[in-house]
Amino acid sequence: MADLSVKICGTEFKNPIIPASGVFGYGREYEELFPLEKLGGIATKGTTLNRRAGNLAPRIAETPSGMLNSVGLQNPGIDHFINKELPYLLEKNTVILANIAGSTVEECVKVAEKLEPTDVHMIELNISCPNVKQGGAAFGTSCDMASEVVRQVRKATAKPLVVKLSPNVTSITDIAKAVEDAGADAVSLINTLLGMRIDINTGRPILRNNVGGMSGPAVFPIAVRMVWQVANAVNIPVIGMGGVSSGRDAIELMMAGASAVQVGAAIFTDPYAPVRIIDEMNEFLDSKNISSVCDIIGTVKPW
Amino acid sequence: MKYTQGKYLILKKTALAREMYSFIIACPEVAEVAVAGQFVHIRTGNFTLRRPVSICGIDRKKGTIRIVFEIRGEGTAEIARLNEGGLIDMLAPLGHGFTVNPDFKKVVLIGGGIGTPPMLPLAEAYGEKAVAISGFRSADAVILQDDFKNTGAETVLCTDDGSLGIHGFVTQPFTELVGEGCIDAVYACGPMPMLKGIAKICKENNIFCEISLEERMACGIGACLGCACRTVRNDEEYFAHVCKDGPVFNAEEVLW
Repeated sequence: MADLSVKICGTEFKNPIIPASGVFGYGREYEELFPLEKLGGIATKGTTLNRRAGNLAPRIAETPSGMLNSVGLQNPGIDHFINKELPYLLEKNTVILANIAGSTVEECVKVAEKLEPTDVHMIELNISCPNVKQGGAAFGTSCDMASEVVRQVRKATAKPLVVKLSPNVTSITDIAKAVEDAGADAVSLINTLLGMRIDINTGRPILRNNVGGMSGPAVFPIAVRMVWQVANAVNIPVIGMGGVSSGRDAIELMMAGASAVQVGAAIFTDPYAPVRIIDEMNEFLDSKNISSVCDIIGTVKPW
Repeated sequence: MKYTQGKYLILKKTALAREMYSFIIACPEVAEVAVAGQFVHIRTGNFTLRRPVSICGIDRKKGTIRIVFEIRGEGTAEIARLNEGGLIDMLAPLGHGFTVNPDFKKVVLIGGGIGTPPMLPLAEAYGEKAVAISGFRSADAVILQDDFKNTGAETVLCTDDGSLGIHGFVTQPFTELVGEGCIDAVYACGPMPMLKGIAKICKENNIFCEISLEERMACGIGACLGCACRTVRNDEEYFAHVCKDGPVFNAEEVLW
């Protein structure tokens, strides 16, 4: 058994696998299937200051080797999270990354302020949700906006601050460098890619929101490329995600430069995907006689 | 709610009508806890998303469940290619089922097309106390009528084109039944316009009505919030989720 533990921003993860924000709710539904303490961490559902209703249905569409979603940040609000969900999650002996979002810089700051007195381990600031009209990706597609929201949230929290980046940009390395300069402790990427499907019998988009975020195995090569580019451009840790569905994918993303790996859409196909991926990583490392998963981070040898 | 994921043996596969199949599946832990109105979430081929299919029969003694589904696209076509003796990957049983009340003396079960299968476990629960109205496009799409008769339920069959049974929609015989009175509950599953019509009739006549809804779905267990449905509860409007809050809802809670 290889040592799977990794350390990010001073926080110890027993293994590098973290269910991504949005697919895993606040964990309760999956505890029915496996103990949450098996996970390296949990990125909780994107939570805003107040309750958000989300978008009209349909919010889900299938794509070749993937899917689109346009949930639109439906969530019960940060007070509910802190009072009703966080105490339960903190008992699970796993790292909790509270994913937060807001329509304005002020809202993001207020949410971070509310989390400050809690025992949540890390904050993952979502500046990349493609499914909301204000905030969301609007923050994540401009260096100036990204920098400003991170600078303000940074002032509000002493907790490790991970900033989740959008791939729907001309240069993700420029955004990554901007948020690093603004005080981010780590970056996580990639959020979903903006996509669209049309029902050709009706002429209507399948999603009621017309467009939505694409995820699943189809986006994996894009995630590998972006993680590699960003890991080479910044000096803070990178948490990689995007289409990971096997232990081999997770290893590949770590070789590209990720210090930990989030698992998203794969959980819809196989609800046990995160725990299966942990086992598969172990098998791979053992087969190569690698004693610690840390030894593979960023070890790709580019031509 | 208790659910499991696993690969289960297909004991019997039957073609019921054009592009409609029935599987009987050995899955004791699912059969043990499943109730009428719940569904199974089936992994298919290389698709990212599972396919939700309603439960059409539960046999606790034999440890089996039955599902009936229609080929709607590539994913369901792939499921239809599975054979007896093969394995089916299911996450099940999922969702909130129908309310079955032994005190009810007369209930009406209304199924439209592929909305008919989830009515069968209710017919088994209510037997002679049930009237099962089923509606299909045409005679070649009619399924499960003998199964309903075997439960002791009275059956009424409608087809859109009049090729078998009553020529017309299920709302026609249903309205006549409502006129006769004494209905304790109505359960329905089928196309949205049909459900909307039934809900309206029930509301006007003050009859308890539960409907089973369908929506594009991802996780199937209430985590991803993909399968939203506009509802109202305690005078407050909110997006409930078909996979966990449903698929069965009280008709008065649904905003059409």
